[in-house]
Amino acid sequence: MKYLKQFFIILGVSFAGEFLGRQIPLPIPGSIYGLVIMFVCLFTGLIKVSDVKETSRFLLDIMPCLFIPAAVGLMEQWGIIKGSLPAYVVIVLVTTVLVMGVSGKITEFLMKKGEKK
Amino acid sequence: MNDLFSGSVFFGAFLSLLFYEAGLFCKRKWKHPLANPLLIAIALTIAFLVICRIDYGTYYEGAKYISYLLTPATVCLAVPLYEQISLLKKNARAILAGITAGVLTSVVLILILSLLFGLSHAEYVTLLPKSVTTAIGMAISEKLGGYPSLTAAVIIITGVCGSILAEPVCRLFHIKDPVAKGVGIGTASHAIGTSKAMEMGDVEGAMSGLSIAVAGVITVIMAAVFSGFY
Repeated sequence: MKYLKQFFIILGVSFAGEFLGRQIPLPIPGSIYGLVIMFVCLFTGLIKVSDVKETSRFLLDIMPCLFIPAAVGLMEQWGIIKGSLPAYVVIVLVTTVLVMGVSGKITEFLMKKGEKK
Repeated sequence: MNDLFSGSVFFGAFLSLLFYEAGLFCKRKWKHPLANPLLIAIALTIAFLVICRIDYGTYYEGAKYISYLLTPATVCLAVPLYEQISLLKKNARAILAGITAGVLTSVVLILILSLLFGLSHAEYVTLLPKSVTTAIGMAISEKLGGYPSLTAAVIIITGVCGSILAEPVCRLFHIKDPVAKGVGIGTASHAIGTSKAMEMGDVEGAMSGLSIAVAGVITVIMAAVFSGFY
């Protein structure tokens, strides 16, 4: 019954997160509250890693697949995207590359600096 | 073919996973960044639906059960993060500074490029939250007077781009540390990028997951400030 119990805990935290997301008037979705709740529960020892280990591994393994339905939904959006398509393509490519590079490089630089002290 | 599949609760989910398997096959065969299983699965699914004249609604009847698992999976990102807690504590300031710099880079670039392309104010605020997770991004876009569904579309495209570009960008910028890689990937391309970071390693995945939440919250504030600039 290991998997049932693990899935039960994960769904419970998801439900708590969803509840907070609906009650708190901020543009933050329930899944992010759920992530924070799970982290706090693990940190305080309320939930042990072994209570969720295998099932969370499974869910994280299949995570890329979970985005397929939403992304296929782009076919419905084609009408509104195509108008400014070249601008969007340039903006997405330039920002994705530079944001990833800048935040990664700055993190790495500050980590090295911290180690030298 | 629409009538044949409408009402099926398994068709959409089956089709998605089938094409994802095809994507994994291509990845094993070619090992090129463009042989990205998610990109291939999305392209093949859309092509199949368009060629067979199947509505998105018919597909989604089954596919929504895959989407259902997205919240529990996001919650589970806390597990690898907790397992890397000593790394997180040791590097907390560097990580926070890296994410903040990334968010700032994103909004400044979008401001400059929107001016350059002569986009409208509504288009500009639609793009501002493009690097954060969909639910946060759509809410920001709606509040600032953008087009939330367009924001969602651009967010997904950004995520897929991030997942394809993660390894090449880390090489290009000579980012070697797994913590820094994770922060970069998560800040630039939210949960879709994070699923790629998970494949690269446990530390990358954990830090990328953390960056989704932190970058999301910082973007709520930055986007509100930057929406007044153009």
